[in-house]
Amino acid sequence: MSKELIRLAGCTMAFDDEVVLDKINLSIQDKEFLTLLGPSGCGKTTTLRIIGGFQTPTSGDVLFDGVRINAVPPHKRTINTVFQKYALFPHLNVYENIAFGLRIPKTNAQGNKVKLPEEEIDHRVLEMLEIVNLRGFEKRRTAQLSGGQQQRVAIARALVNRPKVLLLDEPLGALDLKLRKDMQNELKRIQKAMEITFVYVTHDQEEALAMSDTVVVMDAGRIQQIGSPEDIYNEPRNAFVADFIGESNIIDGIMRADGVVEIFNRRFQCLDGGFAPDEAVDVVIRPEDVDIVPEDQGQLRGTVTSVTFKGMQYDIIVDFYGFKWLIQTTDLSPVGSRIGIKIDPDGIHVMKKSEYSGMFGDYSSYSEEYEEISDAGCVSEEESGDEE
Amino acid sequence: MRNKLSGFAVPYVIWMALMVVIPILIMVVYAFTTAEFEGTLENFSEMGVYASVFVRSFRLALIATLVCLLIGYPVSCWMAREGPGFQRVAMALIMLPMWMNFLLRTYSWMSILENNGLLNQLFRAVGLLDLLGVDYIPMIGTSGAVVLGMVYNYLPFMILPIYSVIVKLDHSLLEAARDLGADSARVFRRVILPLSLPGVLSGVTMVFVPSVSTFAISRLLGGGTQLMLGDLIEQQFLGGAYDPHLGAAISMVMMVIVVVCMVVMNHFGEGEEQAVML
Repeated sequence: MSKELIRLAGCTMAFDDEVVLDKINLSIQDKEFLTLLGPSGCGKTTTLRIIGGFQTPTSGDVLFDGVRINAVPPHKRTINTVFQKYALFPHLNVYENIAFGLRIPKTNAQGNKVKLPEEEIDHRVLEMLEIVNLRGFEKRRTAQLSGGQQQRVAIARALVNRPKVLLLDEPLGALDLKLRKDMQNELKRIQKAMEITFVYVTHDQEEALAMSDTVVVMDAGRIQQIGSPEDIYNEPRNAFVADFIGESNIIDGIMRADGVVEIFNRRFQCLDGGFAPDEAVDVVIRPEDVDIVPEDQGQLRGTVTSVTFKGMQYDIIVDFYGFKWLIQTTDLSPVGSRIGIKIDPDGIHVMKKSEYSGMFGDYSSYSEEYEEISDAGCVSEEESGDEE
Repeated sequence: MRNKLSGFAVPYVIWMALMVVIPILIMVVYAFTTAEFEGTLENFSEMGVYASVFVRSFRLALIATLVCLLIGYPVSCWMAREGPGFQRVAMALIMLPMWMNFLLRTYSWMSILENNGLLNQLFRAVGLLDLLGVDYIPMIGTSGAVVLGMVYNYLPFMILPIYSVIVKLDHSLLEAARDLGADSARVFRRVILPLSLPGVLSGVTMVFVPSVSTFAISRLLGGGTQLMLGDLIEQQFLGGAYDPHLGAAISMVMMVIVVVCMVVMNHFGEGEEQAVML
């Protein structure tokens, strides 16, 4: 779509033998909104800090606009960061916080240090305050601001320097849900308006899907998948990605032919192909892709073991031959009832086996993961024997 | 809540009243009365003859405070930057002399600085004295020796508050400054220095106040030639020039000057925002 701005080539980061990043290859395009998504400890913040210049990779190259910048210190990069806890200067007011970067003399083409004229600083700070909706807060001390306002000062302080890239390290983590949603829209709007590359770190998959052009899913120091939000959601590459992004039932299957996958000894139509004959695979079925039908019409039959009302839908757990699925439905099926299900071919996604196979996608422990619902009629594990 | 708290504060208030407020009141009464406890301002008007002592005390205390700051600030920065193990050892080394008796420490300096002391013996051994053609380098009895004594004794009081402020500085603030384009010098000037000012202020207070009122250091290392306010006051209570009323008056004037200095300094501390913009 556009030109490459940043490239990480085989970047490894190790602290005392502990490998935090394992040969990361990543290409970031100009003006895109790219999100590094993963659980804590996956290496996403380290990746961000390498781009920012706060850490130098143990091996591998960092390229900016085609130039190797491994050894360039942070203050010489045209990259700015919004820190996780904002890191506003407590001894400066809002105006001076935002003006901090502008007051630093820059080296011009002739190699001379030049200071921005005071009028230009004033103009740019006020313009930034306008963009983040904080006009009139110039003289406030940062401690007098709410979390959301501090957040916006931090964004303004970074953006006022007109960086080529803005790095954001879980910037919305400390805000409440309503404010987060507002700020998500706000950030997206600012990114579009200022035409700056955003590299955004989060562990919140919903946030990542809602805001990004490109999502990079990471775990254990490795990139698991890179793609658009739709790709990541619809075509997860392995069980980790399928589980981390949204809710997924992940079932062992056998690929009998292109477009035919066998689950629980029953054959299902699917759209995937290109596997070896009779290859063992992981099958992902999203909870919203399952249709509930009367028991005798179902491709699979099971027993409802728990129901949770979620507002827009019911989350029900259904026991199929000892394996528990999460299904989202708008029709209530009471606990203990027998139901059948149907799955359209495009609701089935087949993945190659990976080191994550068998670790995710079973909802047996559902009631422990979520708020326990008062449900005396819940069928216990022992009663629902394997029918096969 | 408020009442509950003030209930707990009662013992403290009584303690403060007995041990601080009442003694100060007694001092004030003494300062404004004669030996027969008749009201007078003579104690203050007589004080003019001691102007040189006032000047010397404040000058030496000021120099000692500056030297402590110049040594203490870099040491604090350096300590805060090293690992926790190093910090513990350095802290112990700084505290160690403080566990020794104050007089013992000062006497030790006497035997080091004396005309026939360790340093002069060392200079003689390496031939420095012959080179200069003198029998000894006079060190004891100089104002330099007094300042040295003050610095040696009070340096930990400068290091500790500055160190504790710097070590608690949020590291992300320094990263944010670098991120915004500041090189190390600017990070120091615009972020570390202004944020460590509270530590500097309390360090300065903790060094300056005991320095200005010290008497043992000036007497032992000053060799009687470096009379300071502390010595003067002591003489009025214990020495030959027995006059507790004059002593009280001198104490009061000294206290007022110190308090004024501190208020001015703290005001400067609050104005740090303007100060760092310079």
